[in-house]
This record gives sequence, C-alpha cells and structure tokens, in this order.
Amino acid sequence: MNNSETYNYKVVRQFAIMTIVWGLVGMLVGVVIAAQLAWPALNFDLPWLTFSRLRPLHTNAVIFAFGGCALFACSYYVVQHTCHAKLAFPALAAFTFWGWQLVILAAAITLPLGITTSKEYAELEWPIDILITLVWVAYALVFFGTILKRKIPHIYVANWFFGAFIITVAVLHIFNSMALPVSFWKSYSAYAGVQDAMVQWWYGHNAVGFFLTAGFLGIMYYFVPKQAGRPVYSYRLSVVHFWALVFTYIWAGPHHLHYTALPDWAQSLGMIMSLILLAPSWGGMINGIMTLSGAWHKLRTDPVLRLLIVSISFYGMSTFEGPMMSIKTVNALSHYTDWTIGHVHSGALGWVALVSMGAMYYLIPRLFGRELYSLRLVEVHFWTSTIGIVLYISSMWVAGIMQGLMWRAVNTDGTLTYSFVESVQALHPYYIVRTLGGAFFLLGAVVMAYNLWRSIADAKPVEVEIPTPASAH
Amino acid sequence: MDFTLIQSIWSIVILVVFLGIVVWAYSSKRKADFDEAANLPFTDEVDGNKNKPSSE
Repeated sequence: MNNSETYNYKVVRQFAIMTIVWGLVGMLVGVVIAAQLAWPALNFDLPWLTFSRLRPLHTNAVIFAFGGCALFACSYYVVQHTCHAKLAFPALAAFTFWGWQLVILAAAITLPLGITTSKEYAELEWPIDILITLVWVAYALVFFGTILKRKIPHIYVANWFFGAFIITVAVLHIFNSMALPVSFWKSYSAYAGVQDAMVQWWYGHNAVGFFLTAGFLGIMYYFVPKQAGRPVYSYRLSVVHFWALVFTYIWAGPHHLHYTALPDWAQSLGMIMSLILLAPSWGGMINGIMTLSGAWHKLRTDPVLRLLIVSISFYGMSTFEGPMMSIKTVNALSHYTDWTIGHVHSGALGWVALVSMGAMYYLIPRLFGRELYSLRLVEVHFWTSTIGIVLYISSMWVAGIMQGLMWRAVNTDGTLTYSFVESVQALHPYYIVRTLGGAFFLLGAVVMAYNLWRSIADAKPVEVEIPTPASAH
Repeated sequence: MDFTLIQSIWSIVILVVFLGIVVWAYSSKRKADFDEAANLPFTDEVDGNKNKPSSE
C-alpha cells in the first residue's frame, strides 16, 4: 500500500470512552431521582439534591453528555470510513472534544446550583449556550469538511442523517436560546408568552427528532449492516426515509401544547404532522430490522446484533406510541401524566441507549485492536437492560393512565372525585417499580462498562490505514 | 400575494419535490448505483476480514 495515511481514531476513542463514563453518571442520577419520587426524604433536605435541580442534570447528562458523545464518536468514525478520508481540521476536532466536555462540566456545576433558563432540554444559561454554539460550528466544519475531502463519490446514507442532525440542531439551538442576559448567570428569553412556548417546543420536539432520532438513525444505518455483515435491506427506502423524516419532523412540536393558549389550528397541524411521522419512522424501522432478512440465525449467536435489533424494535414501538399520544383526545388523558415519562423512556432507554451501546460494543474494541472480552457479559447486559426497560415503561403506563383517569373523574354533582394528593399517593408502588427498572438498566450499563474495560485495559490505541482507491474494490 | 397563498403554494411545491424524490429513488435506472452505495460500509475491509480491525 502506497497510501500510509491513517484514520483519526484519537478523537473517536476520546468520545467513545466518555460515552460510557457519562452514560453511567447520567443513568445513576436518573436512578437517584426516581428513588426520590418514591422516597422524597432522599433529597436529604439539601437544595442541590432536590428533584427540581437533579432532573435537568439527569436529562442533560443522558441526552447531551451520553448521547452527544456517542453521536460525536460514531459520526466521526462513520464519516471517515465511508468517505475513505481522514477527519478534516484535526485541531477543530480536538476542540469539539474538549469544548463539549467543558459544556458538560459547566452543566454539572450550574444545574445543581439552580442556575437555569427553565426551558426544558435547554436549561443551560447563555455563556454555556455560546460555548455550545462554538463547539457545534466546529463540529459542522469538521464533519462537512471531511465529506468534501471524500474519495468515494457517493455520500453514504448514514452521513445524510448525521448531516441533517448537525445542521438542524445548530438552527434549533441558536433560535431557541435567543435571550437577553441581565447578569452572567441570568437571562430572559427573547420571546414572550405563547410564542416562547411555541419556539420552545419547536426546539424541544426537534431535539427528539434530530438529536435523538436522525443522529441515531445514522448510527443504525452504519453499525447494523456492519454487525450483521450485510448491506441495508433497501437503500431506496433509506433515501425516502431520510427525506420524509426531514420534511415532517420539524412540524410536530405543537403536540406538546395541546389545549393551551396556542391557536387551535397550530395544535391540529402538530397532531396531523405527528401522525404522518408514523410512516417514515416505520419505514426506517422496517429497513433496519429487515437488514437481517435471510440471516435471522445471527440473532441467536450474536448478542451485540440482538441489542441493535431490539433497539430498532423499541424505536418502532415508541414511534407508534408517540403519534397515538399526539391525537388530541388521547393527549387529553395522557398529557402531564407519567405516561409521557414512560413513552420518553421507551424511546430513550430502548432505542437511543441500546443502539448507542450496540455501537460502542462494535466500536471500542476495534479502536484498540481488540476483540470483545466476553459475549456472555453482553448477554447479561442485554437481559438486565431489557427487563429494566419493561419494568420502567409498564409501570409508567399503568401509573400514567391511572393518574389521568383520577384527575378527570367527577362525581354526579360535578365535583372532583379525587384530590390531587390522592393521585400522588396512588402512584407510590409504581414509582418503586420504576426505580427498580431504572436500577436494572443501570446495572446493565455497569456490566457493559466492565466488559469494555476488560476488552481494552492492556491494549494500545491502533492506527488504521485508509484504503487506497485501488484496494477499495 | 398574501401570506396564506404563499404558504399554500410552498406546501404544494414541497409535496411535489418529495414525490419527485420518491420517483427518483425507485426508478430502475438508480438500482445499480444504489446497490453499490449500500455496499459502501464494506469497502474498507481490505483483507476481507469482516470482524477484525486491520490493526498494526
């Protein structure tokens, strides 16, 4: 081989390892706040440990620290391997790593101190928002710079999903974070009233749609074919999947604001677009799962592949549940109840976390030139996590529907049948089951971390040569 | 031209563009290219060894 250029694995390794670290931290905080809901004394009467402050810490840690690092690692790996090109702008790539870790650290300090914009999933105050913007611009330059350097004429579908995720998240973050600072740690949103709510949920739902969906679909479109050893079921379907998702997702936000001051037509539009979303979501799910068509036996022997396929099944489940919950009459029952929390976790634990973990099982040993330490432990992880997810979402279904029914129950004279506190009391057993489910999921993650640690503990980082055009065929 | 009309036209344009993409993606002319694209993730397996990294 006359081409001795190697892939940039350093930044991929850094992000991959921090994915595991932040995953453990974020999930641990999740279990703590779940336990606080069951046993409120667990906040020890300390303001820094109250649910209200730890909950945004949990969401930011799992979405942006765990999920974010997984997306950085996978997109940097995939774009290099499918373009046969080394990552563009190595200094900027290093900056995205250290900058992103600084954002996470700042979040971990400011949120427990109660410093927040109080916008859900966008709680971080303006100085951190500016740092996020800088990191994101650097990310876009590195990613699209690498696409421009590609030696392969075609841009693989996974890169389209990563690209859409990077561009859309930039737009969402900048417009939703527009604020007027009044001091270093306090700002007020540039929007007021219902416009603020609309912008917030345009952002909020597309954080789900582009951060937690498009980006992870990029992971699916590379790592599932690789792990299965066969190309994606239908490349044509993947093209249609991409454009359908991009055209529809951006409209779905208003379903977070049913029966509020938002104009009725906007609520209906949000509902209809959410229902239409079922089509691209299921198209993607079918495409992912059917990749195994003709090779189903691999599920018996390969627990990593099983983890990936189950994650796609959860994607299908939660993208069916979501459109159903966006129907106004269903939402009248489900909104503000724990059903929503269950729905989110069926997507977050079942889809986002499992597909990331599957990708990490693939990626981390390879980045160090090793094999996985133990497939048996992947098996243990798979079952612990699956049991955890099932406990979590089924307890929240029961809790949420019960809550909704109790809130709307009226006596024959028109008075409410239950006081609010009675509904809180009724939730107690389900909150315990949910904590148990979360603890199972965390345990699975600990098993994964141990397994990966044993895989690479005494390994040296590897350098892998970029194939030359001649050897690419 | 009022805003509602512009929005209506835009919605139709977007729909037509999307349908165009579907027709394009499923046209038989694209089949060979897409088959090649689908195999893109496997082109870096130089030694034909799928499950081991080509480490030094």
